[in-house]
Amino acid sequence: MALFEVSGFRSYSEVRGRQTHLADRTNHYNFGTKTQEFAVPVGVDPSGFLKTCNHDGGVCIDMNHGTTTLAFKFRHGVIVAVDSRASAGRYLASNDVNKVIEINPYLLGTMSGSAADCQYWERLLAKECRLYRLRNNHRISVAAASKLLCNMMLGYRGMGLSVGSMICGWDKQGPGLYYVDDNGTRLSGRMFSTGCGNGYAYGVIDSGYREDMTVEEAYELGRRGIAHATHRDAYSGGVVNMYHMQEDGWIKVCKEDVSELIHRYRKGMF
Amino acid sequence: MEYLIGIQGPDFVLVAADNVAASSIIQMKHDYDKMFKLSEKILLLCVGEAGDTVQFAEYIQKNVQLYKMRNGYELSPAAAANFTRKNLADYLRSRTPYHVNLLLAGYDDTDGPGLFYMDYLSSLAKAPFAAHGYGAFLTLSILDRYYRPDLTRDEAVDLLKKCIEELNKRFILNLPSFTVRLIDKEGIHDLEKLTHGAK
Repeated sequence: MALFEVSGFRSYSEVRGRQTHLADRTNHYNFGTKTQEFAVPVGVDPSGFLKTCNHDGGVCIDMNHGTTTLAFKFRHGVIVAVDSRASAGRYLASNDVNKVIEINPYLLGTMSGSAADCQYWERLLAKECRLYRLRNNHRISVAAASKLLCNMMLGYRGMGLSVGSMICGWDKQGPGLYYVDDNGTRLSGRMFSTGCGNGYAYGVIDSGYREDMTVEEAYELGRRGIAHATHRDAYSGGVVNMYHMQEDGWIKVCKEDVSELIHRYRKGMF
Repeated sequence: MEYLIGIQGPDFVLVAADNVAASSIIQMKHDYDKMFKLSEKILLLCVGEAGDTVQFAEYIQKNVQLYKMRNGYELSPAAAANFTRKNLADYLRSRTPYHVNLLLAGYDDTDGPGLFYMDYLSSLAKAPFAAHGYGAFLTLSILDRYYRPDLTRDEAVDLLKKCIEELNKRFILNLPSFTVRLIDKEGIHDLEKLTHGAK
């Protein structure tokens, strides 16, 4: 950068005049094409290739995109609820996918967008969180974990990653909820919903939300949000996987089939 | 969709930004702060492509703070603005240009207040008032009509309120609240958020 040259900064190894065999600590969190996570053949240009893969070019590559996930904070912690459908274009690849990655007993990550991208990068995040815990002797904060994922996304900016994730946990600052996506957006908030069914979910959870809900009411709100979104959105469905993030870690609340839930709600709906 | 505005007075700069963080048609956050504090008397307001804004603004923010740590004194607003512009220009013709529109507002102890307008093509202009976003089409003429170089702080806030009333009246998108800050020789002051109607 410009100021580097102007102020005459020289790195430790230059000053000492030899290669230090200790790894430069600041390189730990380097994600992206300069120090690649995996080997790629020379001359590969993902962003250029992806520009040619659109319908105008006659190519019909449809990534797995359909999902509804939601998470909200309330008085007694954070509720995380996700659907379980994986679609590839118009084909239903699976109705029983696990879209929540259990990073550690105090951190959860949700997945929406491309299934492959989410699974890979969130597992990598889990590895980095574990390394942080081993190096620093205390658990990583939710803000730091979400910043790590955000920087991973920014390292591959413009290369076609598709990730819409919520990092949810409980650390020294209390309950934490961050939304991170493939453009490098990172937002902290009380309530988020991602995936193509997110609009439907927002409608239900926004209108039913109260800060002072009881735990059972919050579970019902999370269930309702996913169930109604899967009812309207063709690319969401399967089962509702729900987690509750409490002060002493997360618990898995339930795994309920959406069609049974809708049947139960029918009396109020039609 | 997003809106930034800055008004320079004889010994202060008033800046405001909307509070919506949106993703296509959904408001993901309605209390999002688009201002980045570069130093005790410099604010960077940043809007543009998702991800680019925070990454570029934080990069500039950390480098300005690093300058202070290495050299013992802070960059002036004009120097910070030129540094920012140089970085934008360097990335412009690379494979990953930053699509961000900026307002840099600061108070220099020798030169007084300064407001700098920068856009994603890395143009830089020092201006008495400036705005970014679709809302700028509606409000720049209001600023042209009512701005005077010797505005008091209250008059500047009234001028800002006039601009926001115009947005609430004519702009198709709902921007319910705005963060407002004022920079003068004492530093950065948070003013009351400007909200529209009942919540």
